Amino acid sequence: MSTYFLIAILLLGFVITFQIAKASEYVGILKGEKKNNEQNNRINGFLMILFLVLGLIGVYWCNELFKGKILGKSASVQGEKIDQMLYITIAITGIVFFITQILLFWFSFKYQYSEKRKSFYFPHNNKLEVIWTVVPAIALTVLVGFGLMYWFQITGEAPRDAMQIEITGKQFNWIYRYPGKDGVFGKKYYRNISDAENNSLGLLWDDPATHDDLVVSSAMYMVVNQPVKLIINSRDVIHDVGIVQFRMKMDAVPGTPTTMWFTPKYTTQEMKKITGNPDFEYEISCDQMCGKGHFSMKGIIQVVTPEEFVLWRAKQVPNYVSVMKDKMPAPAPADSAKTAALKGEIPAKLVAVTP
Amino acid sequence: MSTDLTIHGHGEMVGSQPVHDAEHEGHHHKETFITKYVFSQDHKMICKQFLITGMIWAILGGFMSVLFRLQLGYPESTFPWLEDILGKWAKGGKIQPEAYYALVTMHGTVLVFFVLTGGLSGTFANFLIPLQIGARDMASPFLNMLSYWFFWMASVVMITSLFIETGPAAGGWTSYPPLSALGDASIGSQGGMDYWITGMALFVVSSLLGGLNYITTILNMRTKGMSMTRLPLTIWALFFTATLGVLSFPVLLSGLILLLFDRHAGTSFYLSDIFISATQKALPNEGGSPILFQHLFWFLGHPEVYIIILPAMGLVSEVMAINSRKPIFGYMAMIGSLFAITILAFLVWAHHMFVTGLNPFLGSVFVLLTLLIAVPSAIKVFNWLTTLWRGNIRFTPAMLFAIGFVSMFISGGLTGVFLGNSTLDIHLHDTYFIIAHFHIVMGVSAFLGMFCGVYHWFPKMYGRYMNNTMSYIHFWVTFAGAYLIFWPMHYEGLAGMPRRYVEYSGWSTFNQFADLNRFISTVAMIVFAVQLMFVFNFFYSIFKGRKVTSQNPWQANTLEWTTPIHPGHGNWPGEIPEVHRWAYDYGKDGKDFILQTEPLGADEQHH
Repeated sequence: MSTYFLIAILLLGFVITFQIAKASEYVGILKGEKKNNEQNNRINGFLMILFLVLGLIGVYWCNELFKGKILGKSASVQGEKIDQMLYITIAITGIVFFITQILLFWFSFKYQYSEKRKSFYFPHNNKLEVIWTVVPAIALTVLVGFGLMYWFQITGEAPRDAMQIEITGKQFNWIYRYPGKDGVFGKKYYRNISDAENNSLGLLWDDPATHDDLVVSSAMYMVVNQPVKLIINSRDVIHDVGIVQFRMKMDAVPGTPTTMWFTPKYTTQEMKKITGNPDFEYEISCDQMCGKGHFSMKGIIQVVTPEEFVLWRAKQVPNYVSVMKDKMPAPAPADSAKTAALKGEIPAKLVAVTP
Repeated sequence: MSTDLTIHGHGEMVGSQPVHDAEHEGHHHKETFITKYVFSQDHKMICKQFLITGMIWAILGGFMSVLFRLQLGYPESTFPWLEDILGKWAKGGKIQPEAYYALVTMHGTVLVFFVLTGGLSGTFANFLIPLQIGARDMASPFLNMLSYWFFWMASVVMITSLFIETGPAAGGWTSYPPLSALGDASIGSQGGMDYWITGMALFVVSSLLGGLNYITTILNMRTKGMSMTRLPLTIWALFFTATLGVLSFPVLLSGLILLLFDRHAGTSFYLSDIFISATQKALPNEGGSPILFQHLFWFLGHPEVYIIILPAMGLVSEVMAINSRKPIFGYMAMIGSLFAITILAFLVWAHHMFVTGLNPFLGSVFVLLTLLIAVPSAIKVFNWLTTLWRGNIRFTPAMLFAIGFVSMFISGGLTGVFLGNSTLDIHLHDTYFIIAHFHIVMGVSAFLGMFCGVYHWFPKMYGRYMNNTMSYIHFWVTFAGAYLIFWPMHYEGLAGMPRRYVEYSGWSTFNQFADLNRFISTVAMIVFAVQLMFVFNFFYSIFKGRKVTSQNPWQANTLEWTTPIHPGHGNWPGEIPEVHRWAYDYGKDGKDFILQTEPLGADEQHH
């Protein structure tokens, strides 16, 4: 019912507008074309300057409204660089934005038609044109310079002590793999993937390096202040690992592993205090359209202290162990493997926390 | 008839050929309804065909955005009438995710290709090239006609895809494989994707036929005295647009053909290491790279955004000079910057791919080249500003849209400086920031440029004026509305809110913008309604608008205003006028305007 009502109102509004428009055309003819044009000109000239003033107020107001809701504190060292770059860019483009927009609307208002004014024949001026070629070029050189400096810092090689985690996207969730105590990811082949046999990554059990690999899907755990290198894979279509608080993003491409690394600065607990949000979680969002469940493809990251990480890891059962346990009803061999995994000592790189 | 005219269309030859269009205007004995309105070879009629087809597409594409904005703005509400029109795609009055992705995909495809490429270039290249260079028609009116009818066939195929059972393509307008290659991964990648590829292939054919024709016509059929540096900037812009299209569309076509092979012929150009969860099957394809498609796609995709914006720049430059009663400032610099943009357009495509795992060094080269484009763009903006300076501005509806274009182009261009910088792109890639950026800089700007052109040349097309009051309302609501819609999206993007999400309620990082989303959706609907008013104004004015009584209603210099109010096929009765000066002698030597056909005075300075 309300829909029809709305449509009726819209139609009525339209008919009224149309009638006014038609009437004003007749009035314009009566008044004479010249006078009518002059009047329209004055109204639109005034609207130009009004738009400028309201627009500038609007920009300010919009900033006030949203400034608490947007960036927040960067939770990674690399993200701080990106924020810095953002502020440099906002400063430079902001100046240009205000100057050019103010000139545009001010000129429109100031030089609106007047019978007395003669337009100024000014076809070109080399000096002016050189100025506004060179000045933007210098400004952009500054931006390119800073941008590339940060870009190479962020995309350069990960430090040697970085914790390596493999993350694999699939429709529509994430799978994480840790190399286990040998520090080596075992081999995998996509044709071996079988969700029914609990081998979601297609690990090759013939390779002993797979035997201690942890495959986790609940959350990705990482250690605060220790660089993390993600090795990013996809099982089906292109996904993208996006982590807003770290300002990080990288596509997951089937057949072509990609990497990114960063250093988380705050644990999840600390971020809860920083953001004042008791429900805060680091969320991995899929940022590359991947099908109907794209919008729900969420992963959780737990940034924890080294001690918490060791505790968490001790509780995990390697993929190999749980697969063998499923296959063989006799519990003995599986149990011994499990104990061995549990005994896995604290890896050296966890102790050596980077400054 | 037209062939005859075309052969003799060249300026130097035409003097000896009597042309009888004036006497025969409107009732040429050979003209039937079919040859005049359907399979017409008159560039002015083909222009109108492109324009009206483009308008139908724009309404359809715009309406799609209203539908998905409804979902984004009111995620908790249900709209039973949606189920009435969309059926299972909006079960229970809520747009289903599959339908949402189909809608955003088709919205992008329709507006980028069918409206802002086909509709914009097709309309104004057809209309203005022969009229402004002084030619009787295009180099090949027949190819020109084919260009429209291929566009029409592409449109039919694309529209048909909306009605098939598995729905239209739903992999985004970029249709990245593997998603677009695998029907098992997404329902939209089944039949709909084949229709999409076919439709796009036909579209590319149309665009190539048109483009080659435009280039040939501009290079060969200028009237006597019309040297390249006397051309109005509209023609220069359309010339570079056509060049871009001719060089880049074939690459898209080849990319799509490879995609078609991957879909149906078992090849592995883009596919490797894929296990489909839905069917629990591993595919046999190995060794392909989905990134290859992205390179091929963006090699067109990036020039494509200039294909969209350059004609708008040309139209705006022309209208701005006429209505400021001043020459366009820095004519040669304007051409130079168009040329620089055209060259750079081919060298920046990988900036869409900074986070695909691209080699960081390669990325840095593309950062440099991308930000270089800001220099010619800045030159253009400052030149437009200087054109306004000390002018005597008449706010015709076209002029308002021209000023609006410059404002939007500045806003959207500056955010391009953010995104072109790979460091910032890491954070902003695929968020609402990019949505805001490209809608402002190529969506809204190009639309404003197109409206500017329609309002300005409507009197030439139909011999009538559009209603002024409705035009002014149209401008102010569209202009202010576009800022209200897209400005706040920058903030959402800075917060990292990803694009192409049906809803955000499941996310603690992105759910703080529910009110804002509702606001944006509401404004979007109002702006859409006002576009319908424009369409009404357009069609109403064709039949009932105030009649044009003078040959040159805007006191402009260019050749199209030397034709009769209702030019026939062949444009000029009698000889094609000869050109003696550039198109921008406004306010020179105390004269308000001097037609291009007026010979230079004895002591007159060349511009």
